[in-house]
Amino acid sequence: MDWELMWDSLPRLLGALPLTLTLVFASLLFGAGVAFATALLRLSGNRVAETLTAGYVFVFRGTPLLVQIFLIYYGLGQFESVRDSVLWPMLREPMWCAILALTLNTGAYTSEILRGAILSVPVGQVEAARACGMSRVLAFRRIVLPMAIRQMLPAYGNEMILMVKASSLASTITMLEITGVSRKIISQTYAVFEIFILAGAIYLLLNFLAARLIKHTEWRLTPYLRTRA
Amino acid sequence: MLELLSFGPNGWGGQLLSGLAMTIAVSVSSFTLGILFGSAGAAAKLSHSLILNGIAEVYTTIVRGVPELLVIYLLFFGGSGAIMAVAGIFGYEGYIEIDAFSIGVVAVGLISGAYSTEVIRGAVQAVPVGQIEAARACGMSRWLILRRVLVPQTMRYALPGLGNVWQLTLKDTALISVTALAEIMRVAHVASGSTRQPFLFYSTAAVLYLLLTTVSTAAFERAERRANRGVRRA
Repeated sequence: MDWELMWDSLPRLLGALPLTLTLVFASLLFGAGVAFATALLRLSGNRVAETLTAGYVFVFRGTPLLVQIFLIYYGLGQFESVRDSVLWPMLREPMWCAILALTLNTGAYTSEILRGAILSVPVGQVEAARACGMSRVLAFRRIVLPMAIRQMLPAYGNEMILMVKASSLASTITMLEITGVSRKIISQTYAVFEIFILAGAIYLLLNFLAARLIKHTEWRLTPYLRTRA
Repeated sequence: MLELLSFGPNGWGGQLLSGLAMTIAVSVSSFTLGILFGSAGAAAKLSHSLILNGIAEVYTTIVRGVPELLVIYLLFFGGSGAIMAVAGIFGYEGYIEIDAFSIGVVAVGLISGAYSTEVIRGAVQAVPVGQIEAARACGMSRWLILRRVLVPQTMRYALPGLGNVWQLTLKDTALISVTALAEIMRVAHVASGSTRQPFLFYSTAAVLYLLLTTVSTAAFERAERRANRGVRRA
């Protein structure tokens, strides 16, 4: 074990941390929006919207993320209409392709988590809200959504950890995030174990922090479950 | 365009089909290896030895907390070196190279095993203690209890969770394409490079994966129904 090399490589690996974090946060943020819209459409009662969103979820949960990334990064450029469109400057960049693929992927998984959470809200709660004179939108905003979000937190925590891990796939389309930088350092130094242990430790730390964050949020949102001192 | 997917001399149909077979072979092997690792991990987690507990805990925490790609790279680039180092201790100085298939199976098997550990541990704990006590009262030995009472019931409880692990394993095998093993993803990558039709080939790959996940979902549902045929439903 070459400790000196590990110590010297640490700054370079940490230098890649902002990119990994950007990928994770951007796709979680956009993915939450996609998931929200998808879950609402799947529960809308509109046959067409339900079939379309169910198809989207089916395809993105049934295929590996690597296929999705390659399909967007390499596949879309095949069409002239895409290359001529206004979106091309973005779709040409691996950064935006990675974010798009990660967003659509987490959006599909999160929409199922959210749908389950919305369905888990007892009907009586909605009935009570309606009886108080709330409109359907108000009842959804004030009663259903807060309860659903509280309900989905543990499952969403797992999804966050999956996204931290999934961001490593961006290295396959030339992004130099933590995994990409580790591969680069290894090709220069041949120190496979040292560098991957270091990179693995950074990912473990990120996932540990994500798990703590979710635990803390859960604690904040459930004051009624705490034992009184 | 369809000619490219055909089985003729200009088509990639044959290669795609053998890629599909390779993906199935890798998935089944890694899933089986994962169940072995998972059973060992669950036994270690449920044992009363603090050392075994610790080892299993470290295994599942690290493998589940680190990207799959990193585990695969680690074994792909470091596997031969590590084995040669071990062989060196025993006095063997030659060069040892491991093929991409074995590396892939061990890597994905390790990942699959970490998830299986938790599934199997939960399933073992779901078997009521009374069953074990009753078996012991009948005079069964520890092995007989394991074989006749614990394992059959654990299998039934573990089936839904293992179904999820299978889906994860199946999708993780796509990552082995970075080691140039000719499974679906690799074939699609090579084909799109030489025909300049990446969209066609990657969407074909997506369809093949969808086919595999759909068929296996149905298979696991059937297996679950069969495993639960003796259980009354409320």
